[in-house]
Amino acid sequence: MADTMQFDLVSPERKLMSAQASEVQIPGADGELTAMPGHSPLITTLRPGILKVTASGQTTEFAVTGGFAEITPEGVSVLAERSLPKGEVTQAIFTDWVTEAHKAHKEAHHSVVDDAAKLLADMVAMGTHIGLDPNVPNF
Amino acid sequence: MPSLKDLKNRITSVKNTRKITKAMQMVAAAKLRRAQEAAEAARPYAARMEAVVNGLAASVAGSDSAPRLLAGTGADKVHLLVVMTGERGLAGGFNSSIVKLARAHAQELLTAGKTVKILTVGKKGREQLKRDMSEHMVGHVDMAEIKRIGYDTARDIARLVMARFDAGEFDVATIFFNRFQSVISQVPTAQQIIPAPVADVADTGAVYDYEPSEEAILADLLPRSIATQIFTALLENNASFNGAQMSAMDNATRNAGDMIDKLTIEFNRSRQAVITNELIEIISGAEAL
Repeated sequence: MADTMQFDLVSPERKLMSAQASEVQIPGADGELTAMPGHSPLITTLRPGILKVTASGQTTEFAVTGGFAEITPEGVSVLAERSLPKGEVTQAIFTDWVTEAHKAHKEAHHSVVDDAAKLLADMVAMGTHIGLDPNVPNF
Repeated sequence: MPSLKDLKNRITSVKNTRKITKAMQMVAAAKLRRAQEAAEAARPYAARMEAVVNGLAASVAGSDSAPRLLAGTGADKVHLLVVMTGERGLAGGFNSSIVKLARAHAQELLTAGKTVKILTVGKKGREQLKRDMSEHMVGHVDMAEIKRIGYDTARDIARLVMARFDAGEFDVATIFFNRFQSVISQVPTAQQIIPAPVADVADTGAVYDYEPSEEAILADLLPRSIATQIFTALLENNASFNGAQMSAMDNATRNAGDMIDKLTIEFNRSRQAVITNELIEIISGAEAL
């Protein structure tokens, strides 16, 4: 079995990363999961969280807000709606994301209000994790 | 016969026009390159998204739990045409070709007794369709404020369309845009986005596990997929617009050059005629003495 697999992280606007990775930790909708080479084929949706990629011994972290990941034994491709290297997520960007999640929560239909609340909670948790303030003023 | 002064003025004016069209051509060329890069960069995401959604749609289609965006409303009565054009003209047949396709499509639907609603994106399409389709127009998205086409723009349009769908305002949605092939060739394209067309996919071989269920993933992905298709269309459109403008302005520059040549010849002939005339007058004056 190979030690590494092809890893691609793409957002609608550009390709963020393409590398040979040995391990990818994905914030899946049903919980964190780690994909390693030879993983059985899986498609999962993402929740807002931190994506950790280990390639040639180095771990890179990305903040992602949603999308899906396609895992095959040969590789992982993550299609994230919005994604930034963790270091580039500033308070301003994060505040935007949270504000949007708040808005979605408020406008949500009854049927999907739980989903929106979960999205918001995940978003806030991600902010806490990377040390940003999720409290949005004037809300 | 125009006087020498008139000719000179015309030559100057055409030369100025040529400078403007030349500048526009170069600006369009620079923008085209960026637009092409943007379209290129968006392709992997769109392709992967399409592949996964197609695979899922094929396996979920037909079951009762299929999301409405895939299964449709069960009716085929009200059609929403999303006509995407440019904000500006001076791009050859770019805007007209989209409008022409949309109009033909609308006529066909109307003859078949369906209801047509038109949502325009970009100013030019609205202006052209207003003339004969004004009673069908239901909305307009203004792109004038948008400097750079981002995914957010596409998502906003997608949300607008999906909100109308949820409100039961239409059964089928189709987008109209120009697909970029090359600088001289842009293909006006109609693409159905709601309900999502189910393509016959060859078995991909791998059998995926789904987390959460297939239906849940599909329900999550379909809105994204619609936004992605709109995003791709916007980018293709943008590249097409700049390509069309570039070749239109190239033609204009060349025509202006031809015109200058013609006017210059005319100018020189007139000047020669004037000189000859003066000489004749001087000589006949001298002979008369």
